[in-house]
Amino acid sequence: MMTTGPVTPELEEAARRAESKRGFLIALPASVYLVLLFAIPLVLVLVYSFATRSSTGQTVLEGWNLESYQRLFTDDAVVQIFIRSFTLALVTTAICLLFSYPLAFYIATRAPRVRNILLILVMIPFWSNFLVRTYAWRVLLGSDGPISQLSQSLGGEPIRLLFTNTAVLIGLVYGFMPFMVLPLYAALERMDWRLVEAARDLYADGWTAFRKVTLPLSMPGVVAGSILVFIPSLGAYVTPALLGGARTVLMGDYIVSQFLAARNWPFGSALSFAVMFVMLLATVFYFRVGAKTL
Amino acid sequence: MSEGTAPKGRVDRLLAVNAWVVYIFFYAPIILLIFFSFNDNNNVAIWTQPSLRWYGEMFQNHNVTSALRISLIVAFFATIISTVLGTMLAIALERYRFRGRGTLDGLAYLPIIIPDVTMAVMLLIFFFQVFGIIDDLVGVSLSNGVPTIILAHIAFCISFVAVVVRARLAQLDDSLEEAAADLYASRWQTFRRVTLPLIAPGVAGGALLALTLSLDDVVVTQFVSGAGSTTLPVYVFGLVRRGVTPLINAVSTVMLVASMILVGISLGLQRGAGARVQKLADQEALRAELATE
Repeated sequence: MMTTGPVTPELEEAARRAESKRGFLIALPASVYLVLLFAIPLVLVLVYSFATRSSTGQTVLEGWNLESYQRLFTDDAVVQIFIRSFTLALVTTAICLLFSYPLAFYIATRAPRVRNILLILVMIPFWSNFLVRTYAWRVLLGSDGPISQLSQSLGGEPIRLLFTNTAVLIGLVYGFMPFMVLPLYAALERMDWRLVEAARDLYADGWTAFRKVTLPLSMPGVVAGSILVFIPSLGAYVTPALLGGARTVLMGDYIVSQFLAARNWPFGSALSFAVMFVMLLATVFYFRVGAKTL
Repeated sequence: MSEGTAPKGRVDRLLAVNAWVVYIFFYAPIILLIFFSFNDNNNVAIWTQPSLRWYGEMFQNHNVTSALRISLIVAFFATIISTVLGTMLAIALERYRFRGRGTLDGLAYLPIIIPDVTMAVMLLIFFFQVFGIIDDLVGVSLSNGVPTIILAHIAFCISFVAVVVRARLAQLDDSLEEAAADLYASRWQTFRRVTLPLIAPGVAGGALLALTLSLDDVVVTQFVSGAGSTTLPVYVFGLVRRGVTPLINAVSTVMLVASMILVGISLGLQRGAGARVQKLADQEALRAELATE
């Protein structure tokens, strides 16, 4: 404390208030920025989703209606795109989990030095250019690409994976897998391993100890990782645009097409909001489960 | 982790195999891409002989160089502004209690979890609306360009900078700042001489992350860029949609290596800093131990 006189409740209260004001002022520039360029745009999307589209493709901010939202549920093409995106995001999440859990477990059980190297090897692709990483698969999966050439030189058929759902799935798993490994590793690393030892001491076999102790304790990591993979997969745009075909439109490129090609902003806004709604549900679910298991 | 609980034998071998498979999956496409960028052939995937031909063409290609210039300008401003704003935000959230802190906390994390596409849509509508209003009020018609790209990049970079700096602040115990205050350092002196040097690695890490994000972004930029203001990733994205060429391999390799170097520096900084803090903490603990004896 910087005060030299006796500390009275009034002084403490004044200091607390000055402190609060200072904090507010320090946060102010970023807050104003986030409100202007994030919160207000977010509200604008909501407003637009209730607006009407004129015959020329302009958005008219009157005649508020729910048509865009109705179309989400009644237009078969839209329902199909949503189901396809949802399924693909779910499968991506499952595959990522299947490979990432053993990997995270492996990393967490190594000696510290090895562990750090293995972690960095996960983090480098995590932050490297996403577009380029997706592009690499476009080269790999092309009809005259290395994979197809290899198959042919082994006497097989040329493999045509590019522009299929499988290609998109590979791209999504490739793009988002590190998002799964890192939270899983974090959960496993801070786990109290003495509990596993205790289980083994009580004659649980390795599998039982894993199922009854390790897995439940690492659940927050599983949930966090799954959400971190599921959300961007659901809204993915670059991956389907580069690896998917014309017939495998997903939510992300469908939203983009509403703004850049079809010029139906109200409907595009409603679609965006639907994606955000799913995202919000997932996040709320995460905090519920997280609160219970942590 | 004690020896007794480490997986042994067959399980451990299976885990190791899985790890190898995943790491090969992570790195093989990247390595192949780099390899093929040195291919002389006009066909992307047919190897003839090594050459730097496509790198040479890249630097002579006017579209590539002008897109690269815009990318660098955008990244420069976006990084500096978002680092300053994000660091201030992190300090306020981590060290102060004030009204609206909870809401701000939530608002600060949203840009990280929201999908790119929705962020892009939001900003497209926002700029369109704002330009409409400006046109109505002042009669000046503005359109998307480099400034809107910079503004948009700052919007998503602030949050990432704040998270990194905040993690760093949370690691530090605030007794050093209290000690400075006890020695009659002013707020500003405490910040300049104590807090800032201690969080510097975090700030640098956050800045590098912002730089990487800004240099890599495709989706948001595509929505807020105007005619003649494409960044390199947006330009490459447009090219790739039309087909793959060896030139794209070369440009991609440069972008990839640049982003990997940035990540490498950022990780190195944070690890180095983490080790230093750990060393300090160990010394403290040792001193405390000696004092009690």
